[in-house]
Amino acid sequence: MIEIKMPRLSDTMEEGSVATWHKHPGDRVEVGDILVEIETDKATMEYEAYEAGILTEVLVGEGDVVAIGTPIALLDTGVATARAVASPAASATDPGPVSTRPLRVDTVETVTAPVTVPEVENGPRRFASPLVRRMARQLNIDLSRVRGTGPGGRIIRRDIVDFDDTSAQLDELVVDAVSAPPVIADERRGSEVIPLSTTRRVIARRLGESARTIPHFFVTAVVDAEALVTMRTELNSQLAAVARSKVSVNDLLIRACALALREHPLVNASYVDDASTTMLIHHRINIGVAVASENGLVVPVINDADQKSVGELGVEAKRLASLANDKKLTIDQMSGGTFTISNLGMFGVEQFTAIINPPEGAILAVGSTTVEPRVVDGVIEARHTMRYTLSSDHRIIDGALAAQFLRTLTTFLENPWSLVA
Amino acid sequence: MTTMTYRQALHDTLRAEMLRDENVFLLGEEIGVFEGSYKITAGLLAEFGEKRVRDTPIAEEGFTGAAIGAAMLGLRPVVEIMTINFSLLALDQIVNHAAKIYGMFGGQAKVPLVIRTPGGGGQQLGATHSQNIELYYAFVPGLKVVAPSTPADAKALLMAAIRDDDPVLFLENLALYNTKGDVPDDDTPAEIGKAAVTRPGRDLTLIGYSRMAHIAAQVADQLAASDGLDIEVIDLRSLRPLDRPTIIESVMKTHAAVVVEDDWLTYGIGAEVAATISDGAFDYLDAPVRRVAMAEVPLPYSKPLETAALPSVDDVINAVHQTLDAVGRRHQKVGHD
Repeated sequence: MIEIKMPRLSDTMEEGSVATWHKHPGDRVEVGDILVEIETDKATMEYEAYEAGILTEVLVGEGDVVAIGTPIALLDTGVATARAVASPAASATDPGPVSTRPLRVDTVETVTAPVTVPEVENGPRRFASPLVRRMARQLNIDLSRVRGTGPGGRIIRRDIVDFDDTSAQLDELVVDAVSAPPVIADERRGSEVIPLSTTRRVIARRLGESARTIPHFFVTAVVDAEALVTMRTELNSQLAAVARSKVSVNDLLIRACALALREHPLVNASYVDDASTTMLIHHRINIGVAVASENGLVVPVINDADQKSVGELGVEAKRLASLANDKKLTIDQMSGGTFTISNLGMFGVEQFTAIINPPEGAILAVGSTTVEPRVVDGVIEARHTMRYTLSSDHRIIDGALAAQFLRTLTTFLENPWSLVA
Repeated sequence: MTTMTYRQALHDTLRAEMLRDENVFLLGEEIGVFEGSYKITAGLLAEFGEKRVRDTPIAEEGFTGAAIGAAMLGLRPVVEIMTINFSLLALDQIVNHAAKIYGMFGGQAKVPLVIRTPGGGGQQLGATHSQNIELYYAFVPGLKVVAPSTPADAKALLMAAIRDDDPVLFLENLALYNTKGDVPDDDTPAEIGKAAVTRPGRDLTLIGYSRMAHIAAQVADQLAASDGLDIEVIDLRSLRPLDRPTIIESVMKTHAAVVVEDDWLTYGIGAEVAATISDGAFDYLDAPVRRVAMAEVPLPYSKPLETAALPSVDDVINAVHQTLDAVGRRHQKVGHD
């Protein structure tokens, strides 16, 4: 009998909710069968069985939220539980030649300590790796306030790295809010305590850190989008005639950014940290597209955007956005970006600035395309115009580089046939 | 730099050392007329004559004892024991004499002896001819035990062993004789007791020696390609003395380690390495050290059973994944679209 535990399915996941059980008590489970769908802070993911057996009991019902490592079901593998709880003497392997044991001696299970959390008088004992205990001594961190996400709830290095007072307080706040009915926290303001979603907490922590630690600077440029709009109209009427999907301004922007990044590889880069004597230049151009999904802000990534046509980019962007709305994006689809585009044009925003999505070096904030009076060859004309602002990490990108990048980008957009050539 | 097999590197180095120093001579079963069971001594009888390339009776205790005596009187014998399994017949000579003489007699006589012998399973030679029992010798103070994994190390460590004034057990491996690699042309002996970081990395330290150093490197390459992992690989090269500082320094950086060994798990080399990490890098460990070893059985003759009993690339990948899971770095096995 083994316990199936709430798995860690993303870097930032701390708890998960059971969305759908695919197996039910009494069902036979084979290795690789989908046991359950788990909803994390970012996505709903299928979780496969790693061992075969009979699912004997479901411990966490659909819709319930539990911390990583919490048992969610019991699986009878036909192997006695003795292995996990036996005394070391009983589980020691007899190396005698005549044995009914399996040939393979599983080194892991023979020697691994039980991963249950034993209760001691003043609450459960908190396990922490030796590295964590050393870090806690140095950083003066009270480990009883850190949530462990390693095996059996062991506190591991990443938990310490993620930990700060704010997040601990947030954790407590969320626990209180979930367990108690809504309370008025502040009479004067009539405030109500609302639990933060895990997505919200991740956004808060990462963007807070980005805004606090990255020296942002902002460079804005104006594009004469007349040719872009004309080309897109013409292109879409031809595409419609052959029943192919339309191209959006955003698809053209992704393509233009990818080409501009190829010309300015130093923008496609990451600062490592203050202790490092090196920085990273990324040879792949993976563009994140910020999506205001129904479940909050997510940034799916289009890999190798410079290798794809405008049509391919459009199809992929659409597919990722629809996955985002269904909470079906995988971790893989949301990581590995080297540059981000945030477009608020559809909301009628003229221009804005965005916060860099670490560890990337820059982000482009795009406003709407509007008709404005512009001077062309000494004559005032009504022209389609777009404004965008590049936020750059000044530790690796200087103003002149940001300006050159924007000039290249603007040139591509003002000569839009080059994007589809 | 010349590309050659491990076998060729051993042969060429033996010959070069015999040319360099006339006190170097060879003895063992079938090494002369038959040119060695694994042909390491091919052509040497013809070149150097019976005085320096001596075929012996099938009597390991006798010829090992004779070599110890010769070494005490100033010669530099290189004994070939056909496989490490047969060294058990000479255990008393090696452990009670070669290892002890220098210390027990107040340094009056050194024993500059080399015992070359291959270990390793996987050749369907059955339980008694497939063992990895170098541990028996690595356990004994007074001996040195080296285990080259590449042709370059075979050359550099054999030179070092022959020129060393202590008795050295020089572990070869049946599965490595035909492997090829670049061998430097210069004659620089290795430093006995130095491990090599054969691949630097940050995510986890993977430690092996002899054949397992190859498996470790293969796993690191494979996981770099499939999972983007950055694994540091250490080839121990010397089992006694063990290069503890290199192991400790690596784990202080990576915070996690997996040890792979061809011998049995219980009391094995991996246990010593794990204890070394616990002693020297305890406060830097983010997960328990894992070991991958052979099944605790006499190695079966049947090919499928033999393969199943020996540690494989998949076994090592599994252990690496489990260790990285324990430090919160989950490998991508779930939720692909």
